[in-house]
Amino acid sequence: MKLRRLTLIGIPYFWLLALFLIPFGIVLKISLSDIALAIPPYTPTLDISGGWQAVRDFLSELDFENFEFLTTDDLYWKAYLSSLKIAAISTLLALLLGFPMAYGMAKAREDWRPTLMMLVILPFWTSFLIRVYAWVGILSTEGYLNQFLMGIGIIGDPLVILNTSTAVYIGIVYTYLPFMILPIYATLERLDESLIEAAEDLGCSRISAFWLVTVPLSKYGVIAGCFLVFIPVIGEFVIPALLGGSKTLMIGKVLWEEFFSNRDWPVASAVAIILLLVLIFPIVLFQRNEQKQREAEQ
Amino acid sequence: MRRFSWFNATSLTIGFAFLYLPMLILVIYSFNESKLVTVWAGFSTKWYGELFRNEAFLDAAYVTLRVAIFSSLLATVLGTMAAYVLVRAGRFPGRTLFSGMIYAPLVMPEVITGLSLLLLFISLGLDRGVLTIVLAHTTFSMCFVSVVVSARLASFDQSLEEAALDLGCTPFEAFRLVTLPVIAPAVISGWLLAFTLSLDDLVIASFTSGPSATTLPIKIWSSIRLGVSPEINALSTILIAIVATGVISASLISKRAAMQRDLDSKT
Repeated sequence: MKLRRLTLIGIPYFWLLALFLIPFGIVLKISLSDIALAIPPYTPTLDISGGWQAVRDFLSELDFENFEFLTTDDLYWKAYLSSLKIAAISTLLALLLGFPMAYGMAKAREDWRPTLMMLVILPFWTSFLIRVYAWVGILSTEGYLNQFLMGIGIIGDPLVILNTSTAVYIGIVYTYLPFMILPIYATLERLDESLIEAAEDLGCSRISAFWLVTVPLSKYGVIAGCFLVFIPVIGEFVIPALLGGSKTLMIGKVLWEEFFSNRDWPVASAVAIILLLVLIFPIVLFQRNEQKQREAEQ
Repeated sequence: MRRFSWFNATSLTIGFAFLYLPMLILVIYSFNESKLVTVWAGFSTKWYGELFRNEAFLDAAYVTLRVAIFSSLLATVLGTMAAYVLVRAGRFPGRTLFSGMIYAPLVMPEVITGLSLLLLFISLGLDRGVLTIVLAHTTFSMCFVSVVVSARLASFDQSLEEAALDLGCTPFEAFRLVTLPVIAPAVISGWLLAFTLSLDDLVIASFTSGPSATTLPIKIWSSIRLGVSPEINALSTILIAIVATGVISASLISKRAAMQRDLDSKT
């Protein structure tokens, strides 16, 4: 009995320790190391066989140089700020498009709703990379959008959209829209319709009943949807790399380039550590929102 | 009474057009004769032929499929175990750390997961290839499996398991005969999720793969960095068709199962 329980808990526990927590410790360690022209390209490396002296040498060579470096070069804090800005604006855009859709789905006939729901989920199962790639052909200078707009004579010269931040916003809203719609739809669908009727019977117009009843009651879904878009977008790499060109700064892309192009592992690790610190705050807020929603439903 | 207004209809139309038009355009232009992808020059399936003659793509597809099969199976077993531990094992030392390690990978940016796993594999001296990608994919997808499965386990009446134990089942038999049939739909959707996550992943695979193992997303990535190509359009169309068939048939099956349950409960 004891042994069985130990195995059941032990196997997934050990797996996560070995492949999640320890790798994380390594990132922290390397972020405090110095870059070197060697394989692996950083010093010091810990050699356990050297005993206590080796551990002391190892610890004495760690420093915060890489983090200081991040503050001296504009690139990094600009990339962090620009990631936050892009994530905030695209969350707002996704909300503006997603809320009316979720609202429409909740108002649709009951036998239509599973189909509409499936239509929202289907893109989520389709390859992320392909969905982002689809926009390259649409937004490029000789792409389908420009052909269409020039064909019907709205514009004379092609618009430059690809490789600007506009393309990044479009890409993000497009790929993350299901994450916004689903939690909002979940709260709107459970909303008690008689509350709105009561408000209207008591003299509210339809619009004020919407603002005074529907919106407050769907609050938790809206907040959850916003965080589900905001949090993953901050560390996004594929969308800015494919649609944003060289001018759009995002921290996920900086980390990638630091690692693969500059091969500066210590700085890449320091960027990763700061990125996590940036993420902790929205993640805590998100969990608090989930907690409140559960309490409100009881 | 629900009122479906013109406003609702418009927002749904615009929203779904936005979600589906880009993919539709991709599919249509994959049948384009011309090498210039933005100029329509007549219907042709020649890019599909080119695709199936392209060894590099076929090799990558084979690697991707192997990685997805192994990692999704491993992730399903480990994730179901983890869910069982979270919901049923009660208190044990380090429980908070355990649940933290289950939820953290869900919100962790892929660039960080990839970077940290690569650094681990290098410090262990593991050669990067299919094995390392499988380990990486298993780790993050087991967390998704465990979230899906634990939601189902939490809503399942524990006294049924206890009854089986009282009637002389061993704990493993109780799990196999009572618990598993009830949570099976969640385990299957967890497995499907793990499978798709693995098929789809570019960032973590790029960090953890070596020159000996290129997955399909990595191959697609390196060719679309150079711009739109008709072969990639054809490949995308095939992938979209597979996913659409899968999702639509899964939803039809679950709809039929629900109707059957309704009928059973009425008779």
